Amino acid sequence: MNQIKKMTSHHLFLPVFALVLLLIFNAFATPGFFSIQIQNGQLFGRIIDILNRASILVILSMGMTFVIATGGIDISQGSVIAISGAVCCSLIGGAGDGTTQMPLLLACVIAVIVCGICGVWNGFLVSKLKIQPMVATLILMTAGRGIAMLITKGQNITVYYKPFTYIGNTIPGSPLPTTIFIAAAMVVLVVLIQKKTSVGMFVQAVGINAEASHRTGLKVTSIIFMVYVFSGMCAGIAGLMESSMIAAADPNNAGLNMELDAILAVALGGTLLTGGKFYIGGSIIGAITIQTLTTTLYALGVSSEQLPVCKAIVVILICLLQSEQFKKMFAGKAEKKAVTQI
Amino acid sequence: MTGQVLLTMRGISKYFPGVRALENVDFTLRAGEVHALMGENGAGKSTLIKVLTGVYPKDGGEILMDGKSISPSSPLEAQKCNISTVYQEVNLCPNLTVAENIFIGREPRKAGRIDWKTINRRAAELLKQLNLEIDVTKTLDNYSVAVQQMIAIARAVDVDAKVLILDEPTSSLDENETSRLFDVVRGLKKQGLGVVFVSHFLDQIYELCDRVTVLRNGELVGAYEIEKLPRVELISKMIGKELGDIQSMGKNDAAERGEVLIEAKGLTAFGRIKDFDLTVHKGEVIGFAGLLGSGRTETAELLFGVAKPEKGTLKLGGSEIRFATPLDAMHHKIAFCPEDRKVQGIIGDLTVRENIIIGLQAKNGMWSHIPMKEQERIAEEYIKLLQIKVSSPEQLIKNLSGGNQQKAIIARWLVTEPNLLILDEPTRGIDIGTKTEIQKMVIRLAREKQMAIIFISSEIDEMTRTCTRLAVLRDRKKVTELSGDEIYPDRVMAAIAGGV
Amino acid sequence: MKNMKNRIVGSRYFSFGITALLFLVLYVIGMMSYKGFLKPQVFCNLFIDNAALIIATIGITFVLLIGGIDISIGSVVALTCMTTAQLLANTQLGAGIVTIIALAIGLLFGLVQGWLIAQFDMQPFIVTLAGQFFARGLTAIISRETIDITNPTYTAVASARIYLAPKAFISVGVVIAVIALIVATLVLKYTRFGRNIYALGGSESSAQLMGLPTKKTKIATYMVSGFCSALAGVVYSLIMLSGYPLHAVGMEMDAIASSVIGGTLMSGGVAFLPGTLFGVLIQGIIQTFITFQGTLSAWWTRIIIALLLCAFIVMQTVIVRSRHRINSSEK
Repeated sequence: MNQIKKMTSHHLFLPVFALVLLLIFNAFATPGFFSIQIQNGQLFGRIIDILNRASILVILSMGMTFVIATGGIDISQGSVIAISGAVCCSLIGGAGDGTTQMPLLLACVIAVIVCGICGVWNGFLVSKLKIQPMVATLILMTAGRGIAMLITKGQNITVYYKPFTYIGNTIPGSPLPTTIFIAAAMVVLVVLIQKKTSVGMFVQAVGINAEASHRTGLKVTSIIFMVYVFSGMCAGIAGLMESSMIAAADPNNAGLNMELDAILAVALGGTLLTGGKFYIGGSIIGAITIQTLTTTLYALGVSSEQLPVCKAIVVILICLLQSEQFKKMFAGKAEKKAVTQI
Repeated sequence: MTGQVLLTMRGISKYFPGVRALENVDFTLRAGEVHALMGENGAGKSTLIKVLTGVYPKDGGEILMDGKSISPSSPLEAQKCNISTVYQEVNLCPNLTVAENIFIGREPRKAGRIDWKTINRRAAELLKQLNLEIDVTKTLDNYSVAVQQMIAIARAVDVDAKVLILDEPTSSLDENETSRLFDVVRGLKKQGLGVVFVSHFLDQIYELCDRVTVLRNGELVGAYEIEKLPRVELISKMIGKELGDIQSMGKNDAAERGEVLIEAKGLTAFGRIKDFDLTVHKGEVIGFAGLLGSGRTETAELLFGVAKPEKGTLKLGGSEIRFATPLDAMHHKIAFCPEDRKVQGIIGDLTVRENIIIGLQAKNGMWSHIPMKEQERIAEEYIKLLQIKVSSPEQLIKNLSGGNQQKAIIARWLVTEPNLLILDEPTRGIDIGTKTEIQKMVIRLAREKQMAIIFISSEIDEMTRTCTRLAVLRDRKKVTELSGDEIYPDRVMAAIAGGV
Repeated sequence: MKNMKNRIVGSRYFSFGITALLFLVLYVIGMMSYKGFLKPQVFCNLFIDNAALIIATIGITFVLLIGGIDISIGSVVALTCMTTAQLLANTQLGAGIVTIIALAIGLLFGLVQGWLIAQFDMQPFIVTLAGQFFARGLTAIISRETIDITNPTYTAVASARIYLAPKAFISVGVVIAVIALIVATLVLKYTRFGRNIYALGGSESSAQLMGLPTKKTKIATYMVSGFCSALAGVVYSLIMLSGYPLHAVGMEMDAIASSVIGGTLMSGGVAFLPGTLFGVLIQGIIQTFITFQGTLSAWWTRIIIALLLCAFIVMQTVIVRSRHRINSSEK
């Protein structure tokens, strides 16, 4: 009994439980869900598809996790994704003969730096001007797609330069999509930061008790500033992957509502939306779970327009589970029951 | 001129998990008197007020209002029982007009809609009675805290208050504003209101109040006519030592002083401290003696860069320094263990190890990470050294008892190896055994490590035992300095009381 | 002199003044640059095109006043359009009853959102975000394709022109919007509910201590927003004469921007509804500019609006801070 309680109260319980549930469901509902084929040394299958799509969300949610841990939120991620794709694609150019105007790597780096600057802007508003995070990032959320259009001069730029498509798909000869490698690299990077620096502890300290952190010598302002820059850069990398998948910059639709999926992944992963302790591992599993849910629902014939209904219900359920009042109500009922049993 | 008994609280008890906040406390308020409620931190005065205003339910005793038993369960219900409170941080809405703040929730209406004319007219009339002639159609945030407080009083009086509780109303007012407020209170007194006045300012108590009830450690010490109670006696009642009754229990008599470490000259910051001079030598323990609100914490915060002085200089090793943040002060080897452990000290959801290590880590910067093994070693060393009771260094600090949390915070600062350690009420709310341990540790650090320590405490005993020198503060000024043989309880109390 | 400056900057109507002035300046520039701007109908069109946005802005202003936020607005507008279109197309119900049903859906939506926020202390952003998903998804579940509205009563109302002058007319939607604006302004100024909203935004703990029904007020405020969204949806459907899952995407952001540009403080407690009308009109005039200009593209609207939004938010932060400074220096 005690062990069950210990297990259910672990922060990874909810996302893992949800993921397992989804996988079991799929095992019965979707024939061949787990099967993986090999064609030309490349792996294919539903699972690979899910991981491929989830990679973007994993990267986004890691950026979001740090922001939320400080008690903030970054709702401009989706727009920044659009900016990233716009910058990169316009630098490479839409030449029909499949050439590029600039080395691919340089274009990507510039795109990520531009997104980092977007993060600098958010961080400046939140940490220096002390504007509420939601309001501050709302500005870029509103402007971002306009800026992306400005960069692409209002068109969807289609890129014919082949290597660009490798980012979001598969490099010939590689068994797995590149996205998975990028996401894995980012995870390793974040884990290294966690293990080899004190960033994690400082971010949590600021989220738990900013006043005490300040009195202990933490540079609260710079820490808050930093997480927004990181979030912007994560969105930048995600934007490269997203635009590479369709080999085009689509300022209107790239990354639309992705920030919401990222927030959902973080919350599902056990990090409280009010800040404090955060769980990178939880966010990663949360991101994969949400992508699995999306894919499952698609497989069930739910259209992409109808999908949000399910997500909305999931959001409310998670928030209810995190709510103190709800716990109290629940605990109150349990107590009453216990009393009547006696 | 005191009239009939208005409010009686009899045998009030209140317990929190592990803490006895109030035990069998009586309190009587008559109509037409201003009654001071006094006591040091943790004495239970705010708990008593919260029980009276329905914020906390009482665990024992009864409250009689006009002879009828009442038990309000919220401030709102207390208001309906004619008990109103005006808090230090004014509980009004800054974005509404003055008039509206007085009438919201009970606006006069005409033909179903709010009658603004009447509201503004009546508000102006009400404030005029309090000798306040201001534009009532302006929003509240146009006015100073003093005026806001009077507006709050106007609202309280107009909702038929018979008992008015003023909770530290003067702590952010200057002299003029205070005397204006006092005029208002005197006027209310004449109208037959009973006023409960909570303040730390002795002068104000003696100026305004008729009687005083003193609490200590959750118990009633007594209720006295203020005129018949000399200041020194009032202080001894609050602090809990009878005059001449204290034997010195061994003290820190290290006579020799090390070299000068830090020198403050004319430090001034509004609402904190005025013209503060102090020279701190290596190896000495300096006490800041004075009542709560006398400026002791406020001064310490200036020394640590939490607040910035408006005037005055701070010299360290002969050269002038300015601290913009606590981190600056830490780089100059100063440490500050704050008074409010929960809000300013512990980072609750982090482990004991992380809480111990975070100060040093902040000093090093986040990229020069202290390896985990080293962190564990340091944490274990200090857990052992300070005998912190934990199940493991990985326990969350919020789950420790107050005393052990305090030790962990002290450990955090010792890890940074400071030259000057400021301890603000390090022994408050912790058990006797731990108290003695901390006192001993302070003396040992000063002697063996030549650390300079500034020790702030409300307990005179503790100060006389541990300090080699005392700076006495009153009403945000340093009034005197005591050293050597002058440090004995009666002398200290007299100095704190002053004006005798 | 300095005192004078403080008084002006500190005034409640400072922000409103700037907004109104900005609108006038833009209009004058328009008149000087393009001949078309001189036509009275251009002015009327500002209202006709933005009638739904005006109503949505009223709703969001109520919510912003209590320090909350509602980002479900655009989706609820779409849901109302779709419901109306669906019911008119596939049932025998009359236009009046259908409209009442649509409005009731908005109220119910607000009630649920408000209840979750007030009862469980959930973050308004998250709850209304879920609301946004839910309403948008529900719209798509009703139909993924466009449903046209062909009901004769409905189309008659939609095409009705109300002439103010020989060459200037407005639509029924404008009339609804103006009435809603007047009613809402009066409610905020002259009812206890309205004043409680202001108090709640000024300081929730104070409001509670002063004995105001904070929880009920919160729920009611979100219901107002839900109702306004539905009403905006009805007006929107009069313009579009259809239901479609991607109607009014992002309308909540336009509404928030209008409200803030019109002088609403996002931290709550301060708003002046007539000011928010100018917020909407400024957005409208920027769009008109871009239409008249011809070569500028539509995304400029978004960037300029975001810039304006940013400027106003920063200005608010500065004003609020300088006010604190004025107060503390007066001591």
